[in-house]
Amino acid sequence: MRRRAKAVKGGGGRSRTRRVRLVEIAHARSGDKGDTANVGLIALKPEYYPILVKHVTAARVARHFKGMISGPVERYELPNLHALNFLLHGALDGGGTISLKTDAQGKVFSTALLRLELELPK
Amino acid sequence: MKPRPATVRIAAGQGFWGDWLEAPYRQVTGGPVDYLMMDYLAEVTMSILQKQKSRDPSLGYAKDFIPLMERILPLVAERRIKITANAGGVNPRGCAQAVAEIARRLRLGGKLRIGVVTGDDLLGRLDGLLARGHELRNLDTDQRLSDVRDRVVSANAYLGAWPVVEALRRGADVVVTGRVTDTGLTLAPMIHAFGWQPDAWDLLAAGTVAGHTIECGAQCSGGNCLVDWEQIPDLANVGYPIVEAAPDGTFEITKHPGTGGRISVAGVKEQLVYEMGNPADYITPDCIADFTTIRLEQKGKDRVRVSGVKGRPATDKLKVSIGYFYGYKAVGTLVYAWPDAYTKAQAADRILRQRLADLGLEFESVLTEFVGADATHGPLARASAPLDQLPEVQLRIGVRSPDRDAVDRFTREIAPLILNGPPSVTGFAGGRPKPEEIVAYWPALLDKGLVEPCVEVVEV
Repeated sequence: MRRRAKAVKGGGGRSRTRRVRLVEIAHARSGDKGDTANVGLIALKPEYYPILVKHVTAARVARHFKGMISGPVERYELPNLHALNFLLHGALDGGGTISLKTDAQGKVFSTALLRLELELPK
Repeated sequence: MKPRPATVRIAAGQGFWGDWLEAPYRQVTGGPVDYLMMDYLAEVTMSILQKQKSRDPSLGYAKDFIPLMERILPLVAERRIKITANAGGVNPRGCAQAVAEIARRLRLGGKLRIGVVTGDDLLGRLDGLLARGHELRNLDTDQRLSDVRDRVVSANAYLGAWPVVEALRRGADVVVTGRVTDTGLTLAPMIHAFGWQPDAWDLLAAGTVAGHTIECGAQCSGGNCLVDWEQIPDLANVGYPIVEAAPDGTFEITKHPGTGGRISVAGVKEQLVYEMGNPADYITPDCIADFTTIRLEQKGKDRVRVSGVKGRPATDKLKVSIGYFYGYKAVGTLVYAWPDAYTKAQAADRILRQRLADLGLEFESVLTEFVGADATHGPLARASAPLDQLPEVQLRIGVRSPDRDAVDRFTREIAPLILNGPPSVTGFAGGRPKPEEIVAYWPALLDKGLVEPCVEVVEV
């Protein structure tokens, strides 16, 4: 995965925003606690962290995962690591041994979050 | 009193039961280490072990630990490396006994002391605790344990570092424990080596962060690491992490020279956020660590320095991990080939579901995934995948029910689809899936004062 922050152009040349996929500016790791998946989202460069803080809100992430999780989304900030931590409640079909999902332990919610597209000012 | 060392090197040998068997051997042979730490217990492991013990009272521990000890004990004894491992499961004494037998066979009699940490097992005390008003409510659902009491198969309090410290203080070379926290196995050697006090919260938090960093083995040294993953060298020979700790609570994460993998700030960050809740409140029996205070710095190739960690006093509770019988499940799969692989798999799913309904079978849940299309990223993947062009799709259906017969009948409905369902289907070589018992996890809290850790040290 060597796609670095080369902004994807969205709309026409006259658009005032550019679309950036999270995978271009962040990396992530996810895991589980019961029926909750956690996704740690880490800025690839320190200067990207404020973008994450501003645009990747709990509400935005909840919209992104609509239909995949049944509970709320919580967000925590780790400015020291240039990272955000998201808790996705009700993400794992009961979690642990109960879950019927391939990803019963939420291991790939990380890259699912990295699919998120942001509209950033140019 | 022995002089305190300037640093202590703690090597991670197993990140879970089933981790790479070569790792512990390489950790004790690849360069100098003072301790080998091995984490064997996941949330539901205790219930599996409890079942094994109920069939044979001499079992109930991580059996793989014994042949591993046979392989490394002579080296470990010669180099005076100490081992902390929660391989004891629900039978730490049985595990210690098996290690002692191996040690005697290796002619290490008189040269080795084994420490055993118990007291975490609450199964025999549950009724007493419930009768005295300890409800052991489920931390996630707030349900009372009494609702499922007759289905409980295991109950263990998470012990912290201190009983392991006590075993080390009494001269144990190998410390075998029951449900000691993953982080406690790394923190204990630091407390022991540096004489940290029970209220030195920043130091205890630093040791806890060190433990969290290496408790998943290679997951902080290049394994499962997303950042530039293709550039990570020689994962075939991945070096497992080593903590080089200093008395002031700072430490460096490194690995043996000549090994593969990579230790970088970005990779360590990934491990720090793994299975994280509220980062300011990482609660263990030993302290509360604040992960928002951690400072990371690349000190050299494959060497990351960690400093600045702040901690707060431990709570007066211990977490209890309870396993209880929940029901049954089974998962069946079939593979459909191009053309129209995805729509064929969808059709097979509809047919199967209709047959289950016609049979009058009731399930708590029926879950369908199309591996190759949406099993990992669900609707997010379907939105952009070329679904009509997929070369192949695995239909994966799982069912869950309290009724074993319903689950068993489901397992007999997969194979017929090969001859009586949509075409170009294969991949049933594994045979009919087996209904599996579900033992579910019930996290609860209990007052610390009600749990008394027990430490024994025996000479081999």
